[in-house]
Amino acid sequence: MTGAEALLQCLLQEGVKTVFGYPGGTIMPLYDKLYYYGDKINHILTRHEQGAVHAAQGFARATGMVGVCMATSGPGATNLVTGIADAMIDSTPIIAITAQVVSKSLGTDEFQEVDIIGVTMPITKWNYQITSADEIPEIIAKAFYLAQTGRPGPILIDITKDALVNECNFTKYTPCTYVRGYYPYPKLNEDDVQKAVELINSAEKPLILAGHGVSLSRAQKELAALSERAGIPVASTIMNLNGMDNDHPNYVGMLGMHGSYAVNLKTNEADVIIGVGLRFDSRVTGNLNKYAKQAKIIHIEIDQAEIGKIINPCISINCDAKTALDALSKSVKPANHKDWIDSFKPLHQKEVEEVIEKAIHPTSGDIKMGEVINMISEKTKGSAIVVTDVGQNQMAACRYYKFKQGSEILTSGGLGTMGYGIPAGVGAKVARPEKQVITFVGDGGFQMTAQELGTMSANNIGLKIVLLNNTYLGNVRQWQEMFFGGRYSFVDIAGPDFVTIAKGWKVASKRVVERKDLSAAIDEMLADDKPYVLEVAIEPEENILPMVEPGAGVSEMKLK
Amino acid sequence: MEEKKLYTITAFTENHIGLLNKITIVFTRRKINIESLTVSESQIKGIHSFTIVVNSTKSMVEKVVSQIDKLVEVIKAFYYEEDQLIAQELALYKMPMSAIKMINMGRFIRENNARILDMQQEYFVIEKTGTAQQTQDLLEKLRPLGILEFIRSGRVIITKPMKTLDEYMEDKNNSYFYTLDK
Repeated sequence: MTGAEALLQCLLQEGVKTVFGYPGGTIMPLYDKLYYYGDKINHILTRHEQGAVHAAQGFARATGMVGVCMATSGPGATNLVTGIADAMIDSTPIIAITAQVVSKSLGTDEFQEVDIIGVTMPITKWNYQITSADEIPEIIAKAFYLAQTGRPGPILIDITKDALVNECNFTKYTPCTYVRGYYPYPKLNEDDVQKAVELINSAEKPLILAGHGVSLSRAQKELAALSERAGIPVASTIMNLNGMDNDHPNYVGMLGMHGSYAVNLKTNEADVIIGVGLRFDSRVTGNLNKYAKQAKIIHIEIDQAEIGKIINPCISINCDAKTALDALSKSVKPANHKDWIDSFKPLHQKEVEEVIEKAIHPTSGDIKMGEVINMISEKTKGSAIVVTDVGQNQMAACRYYKFKQGSEILTSGGLGTMGYGIPAGVGAKVARPEKQVITFVGDGGFQMTAQELGTMSANNIGLKIVLLNNTYLGNVRQWQEMFFGGRYSFVDIAGPDFVTIAKGWKVASKRVVERKDLSAAIDEMLADDKPYVLEVAIEPEENILPMVEPGAGVSEMKLK
Repeated sequence: MEEKKLYTITAFTENHIGLLNKITIVFTRRKINIESLTVSESQIKGIHSFTIVVNSTKSMVEKVVSQIDKLVEVIKAFYYEEDQLIAQELALYKMPMSAIKMINMGRFIRENNARILDMQQEYFVIEKTGTAQQTQDLLEKLRPLGILEFIRSGRVIITKPMKTLDEYMEDKNNSYFYTLDK
C-alpha cells in the first residue's frame, strides 16, 4: 500500500473517526485515498485551514481525545500556525498533518514549499518531517502518544509527497507507549505530599486555585473531595470553569483580571494557596509584586518547567492533578473553615449589587451581554458545552454562564485568539452531537472566521452561535476608554447585515434588538438541532467589570 | 538585580535533525546570547551532547535548563558553575613565516604549552589547548608578530560530580510512568 493509505490505516488504528482539513496540490495523494475511506473517516471540509485547526482543537477539548487536522504544503500549512500556537499554550492534544514538496526538492523554494518544521518548532510539543513511506506507522504512533500523554500539546507531522505516493511495508500497527527521554507522568513523591498535608492541616485560610490541569486529568471528583474534606474554598481559572459545579457551597468563583471580586481580594488574605494545574498566568496574578505575598504556596503541576517559572512555591508536587488531589484528599485532616468561606460572601454580595445584578437583570436601556448569557445559562441548565471567542464576549460568558454537571468550557485562554469561537464550536459539535454547543462571539471575532458558517451549513452541524454585536472591538475600546484617554483608535468595526450573511450560507438567523424579544429568540434557537446564528444588538459601550487594572495587584480590583 | 556569570549548560540528546534549532529557540525566546556551543557524540552510542556556555543569572539558567529538559528528544539537561567543571578550548593561530625570525620561536612555543601544527612556505600554524583566558593570553603575545588568522573552539568540559548519565537516566526512569495505566 502507499504511504498515504498507511497513514489513513494508522489513523483508524488510533480510533480516529473525524478529521478536519482542506486539500491542495501537494496533499492530493492523501485526499485521493481518503476518497475510499468515506465510510470510516468523516472528513469535514472547512472553509479555511485556520478553521480546520481550531475545529480540531474544539474536538479535542470537548472529548479529551486527539483532534486531527490536515492541510497542504505552503500556505495551507502556515494557515494552521495560529491554531497550533493556541493549542501549545492551552495544552490541547492535536495532530496537524501537512503535506510537503517531494523530498528531492526540499530547500529549493519549490512551488508551495515552506519550512513548516522550522516555523512550528517553538509552538509544537514535537514536530517531525517524514520523507519515506516506511517511517509513517512509527511516527504516527509516536505523534499520538506524545500529543495526549503528560501535559498534552500539538504535534505537527510534515510528510513529503513522495512519502505519500511510494509503497511501504505496513503490516501491523503498534501503538507507541515509550519514547526515550520523554517523561510524561511523574510518580507522586510521598514526602512532598506529606509536607503539603502538614501545611494544609495547619492552614486557617486555605484557598485552592484550580486550573486547566484539573479538567485535563478529569479530576473534578478529586478536587471536590479535597475541598469538602478539608473545607477549602475553590476558585477556578477560565480554562477550568467546569472543574467544580458553580453551585457547590465551596466554589467561590473565577480567578483573574475580570474574575470574582471576592476571589481576587481574598487571594491576598489566604495563608495557604494550593495551585492545581495552572501556570500563574499574568491575567490571573496581576502585578506579581503584589500577589499573595502573605501566602505559602503549594504548586501541583505535571510540567516540571512550570514549577518556579512565575512564582516560587513553598512546596511543589510534580504530578498530574488527579493523582495528587486524590492523595491529598485521603490524607488531610477533616476541617471546615466555615468563617473563612463565609468571609467571601459579603464581598461577593457587594459585587452582586454593584455589578452582577446590573449586568444580568437590567430593566431599561440596551440589552447587555450578561443578561443574554445568564438567560442562556438558565435555559440550558448550565450543562452546555460553552465555546467563546476572545474579548468582552469571552469575559461575559465566563463570568455569567453557571457551569454545572456535564458542561465544558472551550476558550482561548493563553493565546487569546480572536476567531477561535466559531470553528472551535464546529469541532465540539461534531465531536459531541448529543450536546448543546453554544459559541459566544463578538462582531469582531465573527468577521474573522465567519466562513465556517459554510462548514456548518454543508454538514448540518447544529452549533448555536450567539453573536453579541456591540459594533465595536469592545475589549480594545474599553481599554482605550479607560487607559488611553478615550481615543478610540480603529475599534469602530462596521459589520455587515449578519442575518443576511448567515442566510447566504443557509443558516437560520435572527437579530434581536428589544429586550422583550430576547427570551423567545433564545427558545427558538435552542428548539431544534439546526445550525443557528442569533445576533443580539447589545449596549455599544458596555464595560466588563470588575477589573484588576494593568499593573495593579489582585486586591486592588475595582468594581467600577 | 541578580548577578550574571558564566554557566555551562549540557544537554544529552537523541541525534535528530533540527534538535539544535529546538534548543537554541529556548535561548532566543529569552534573549540570551550563546557564548559558545559544542556538539558531539557522547560516550553512549547514539546519544549526543550539547555544551553551551552562557552569561546569565542563576534563576534564568534554571528556567532555561528545565525548558530544554522538557524537549521530547532531550534525554537530560544540566547546568554547572565554573568550579564544578574542568573546561578546555582549542585555539589555532596562523602566523606569517616572518614571525619565526622575530623571536626564539621554539622556546616561545614550549613556554606557552603550545605546538606547531603545520608549517608551509608562507605561514605556520600554532595550536594551543587551554582555558579561554590562556588561549587569549597567547593571542595577545602573538599579535605583535603579525597574526594572520585566529580561531577558538567552543568549550568542552568534564564535570566533577561522579554520577554518570546512565545513573541519571536510571533515576528518571524510576520516577516516572510512561502511560496512564500504571
